[in-house]
Amino acid sequence: MNQIGPIFRALLRNKVGALLLALQIALTMTIIVNAIHMIENRSSMMARESGMDEANQFHLMYVGYKDSFNERVAVETDLLEIRKLNGVVDATQINSTPLSGGGWSMGLTTTPNSQDGTPVSLYFVDDHGLNTLGVELVAGENFSPTEVTYRLSNDKQWPQNILLTEAAAKNLFPDLTPAEIIGQTVFIRDDEPMTIKGIIDHLQAPWVQWSNVNNVMLVPQRGLWNANRYLVRTEPGERDRLMREVEELLLAKRDGRLIRNVTAMDEQRDDAYQDFFALQTVLWVIVTVLTLVTALGIVGMVSFTVNQRRKQIGTRRALGATKGDIMRQFMLENLLITSSGLIIGVASSIALNIWLVDTFSLPRIGWHYLPIAMVVLVIVGQLAVLGPARKAANLSPALATRTT
Amino acid sequence: MIAYYGRLALLSLKKNVLLTGLMIAAIGLGIGAAMTTITVNYLMSADPIPNKSERLFAVQVDNWSPNEAYDEPNLPPDQVTWLEATQLTEAKMAYRQAGMGTSYGVIEPKGQDQKPYLASVRITYADFFPMFEPPFLYGSGWTAQADEARELVIVLSKEANNEIFGGANSVGETVTFSGNVFRVVGVLDEWEPKPKFFDLATGAFNDMEDVYMPYTLKQALELDTSGNNNCWKPIAEETFQAFLNSECVNSQFWVEFEDPDDKHAYLDFLHNYVAEQKQLGRFPREQNNRLHNVMEWLEYQEVVADDAQMMMYMALMFLIVCLLNTIALLLAKFTGRFGEIALRRAVGASRRTLMLHYSVEAAIVGVLGGLVGLILAWLGLQGISALYGDSTEGLTSLDGTMIAVGFALAIVSSILAALYPTWRACSIAPAGQLKTQ
Repeated sequence: MNQIGPIFRALLRNKVGALLLALQIALTMTIIVNAIHMIENRSSMMARESGMDEANQFHLMYVGYKDSFNERVAVETDLLEIRKLNGVVDATQINSTPLSGGGWSMGLTTTPNSQDGTPVSLYFVDDHGLNTLGVELVAGENFSPTEVTYRLSNDKQWPQNILLTEAAAKNLFPDLTPAEIIGQTVFIRDDEPMTIKGIIDHLQAPWVQWSNVNNVMLVPQRGLWNANRYLVRTEPGERDRLMREVEELLLAKRDGRLIRNVTAMDEQRDDAYQDFFALQTVLWVIVTVLTLVTALGIVGMVSFTVNQRRKQIGTRRALGATKGDIMRQFMLENLLITSSGLIIGVASSIALNIWLVDTFSLPRIGWHYLPIAMVVLVIVGQLAVLGPARKAANLSPALATRTT
Repeated sequence: MIAYYGRLALLSLKKNVLLTGLMIAAIGLGIGAAMTTITVNYLMSADPIPNKSERLFAVQVDNWSPNEAYDEPNLPPDQVTWLEATQLTEAKMAYRQAGMGTSYGVIEPKGQDQKPYLASVRITYADFFPMFEPPFLYGSGWTAQADEARELVIVLSKEANNEIFGGANSVGETVTFSGNVFRVVGVLDEWEPKPKFFDLATGAFNDMEDVYMPYTLKQALELDTSGNNNCWKPIAEETFQAFLNSECVNSQFWVEFEDPDDKHAYLDFLHNYVAEQKQLGRFPREQNNRLHNVMEWLEYQEVVADDAQMMMYMALMFLIVCLLNTIALLLAKFTGRFGEIALRRAVGASRRTLMLHYSVEAAIVGVLGGLVGLILAWLGLQGISALYGDSTEGLTSLDGTMIAVGFALAIVSSILAALYPTWRACSIAPAGQLKTQ
């Protein structure tokens, strides 16, 4: 450690060079910390469960276009036939699905005509909805087949019973347990009462960036809107075959409608998070290349210093310094510069994060990013010095001291 | 003389290929990253209709709930109701005006071998075409009389015309849309304004609609509403007309003025209109009418995605790191040549001469770095478009301006990076340096 004094004094002879390197390291740390924070932030959003059995589900859309298309009869027979197919677990009509980005939301209140509603997204399903979606009841009961009704485009009435996700129920009744919430009344459209018949564990709204993404209400109705969706759940491994079979089954009816967007749920997930994944990839590229540039910069700088100090190195070696001493000198010098850069880096990382929080409403960085980034950059710095330092140590003293 | 410096510079750059390569790579990577992200931001915020963006205005009136604003701080809805879209268009108080919305329907096959075609529809008024100037391949838009008479007329996009008529001139032909027979009056050429400024409700960079038809048909044919529909008040009755008359916002309304200053007179008109509506029991909030021209509207609606901006700031910081890197490397390089510089000074080279000589060397590094940067930017943009898919179509091409900006950025950055090292190199005292030799 008694080497620090001379190394520090040597550094002072090239203040600007050292300062530039320190600044570069500070900025590198700032970018890496904040970029990794953004990547992690997106990852945690992408890791949220939709609540469905995504690997074994697909959905498709139909649009009727001929007067002869009798939607009510079609939906009833379609669903019976689809459920009978070999490998199908269950099927339901549904107006939208999680991760789809399009749907319907309404406000619910616990007292009529109250101002502060709880926003929920709506899925219209029949009594097969729970099984098809792959969600579990936490309390209460599923819809019975007899309470499923039909809903026309301009209908405004709401059915008597609904199911809610646990998150939505907790929003409405923060003080009650799920069992206590069963049978409670909520109001829709200002003053229309509905009873909570059951609570399901978890299901996402269609919009992944919605702040109320866990608030969902299931409504026991089939929509007769001339255009709608079926969701099908299959046995593991049977999905791809059934996607073709179900489409063929429906097309073969030739009843004046078209079938579009036959989509597997996991494909839907990739679509929903495509932009997240893209941002992550771009940031990873920046972080990687940045680390590389900084490391190569250090290699270049140190090589130069070594070249410049050939004589001094030779003199030190001639006076008895070991190869290790020479190596240590360069490693320590780099450690000194890197550390001062990292101290500035901590401050600037936090400053940039505060600005990002303000401007793009990103969450704060976790403190643990800072020590991790510091350790990583110290290692990168030391590895970068290793090559040139070894070259310095291997200089033969006789050659090095010779005047060129 | 410059040619001589050029040769000297090349000689010196060749002397240490590794270091020169490192500097060029650093500048190239920095410029590449910066240019990729700047281009995406530049194209996202581009003026989609430069010849008249100053004269086209998005209209907002505040029909929202008395208890809470549509959005804070006290912002009116981004869209308007069916009532406003029709009444304000029919008031004809601007030079041109068009209410509009979106719908969808199936165009039935003409022959056995054709498939039914699911078409997205823009419903609007006759003025839409002269206002937004979509290019026509065949025919033209419809007339104001057609709006009034609710004629079943349709304008096809190039894509729809290819699909249904194989690209032939279909003006005068008929298509069956959701059971009604429409007459084709026009076929558009390729038209993809980016951003899709006149309707940002479901995405600023969405595709254009497949077909266009009169807004007045929405009521006549009870056309479905697609896109974004937002309500604060329950709809009174279970009829289609009740939905139309509701306070649900699902349409856009745009006006064109001959002179941008006409906006003041139009705001007066809106004030009177809202006052009248208040008499009818609507518009419970304070008057809050707004006009934004195209660029103001894109700004107000924050069309440039946060992600694109974040990426750009990250890339710009990355560029700064690359420049610091280059400064440090140049400094090291020039420091290593103090002896040579001192010698040249001693035998009579002026400081100016040396400055010029080293600046040329830096500029060469800049130009080469710029070239590498542009190639990387082009690759980067390919990468972005592959990652983001269709949503970035038209947002990832380098145009002349961007190429020029890229080069300027590269050269300015490298000269800036060379400034301090050059100054240091040229300000040494020759005597001291020569002595140590």
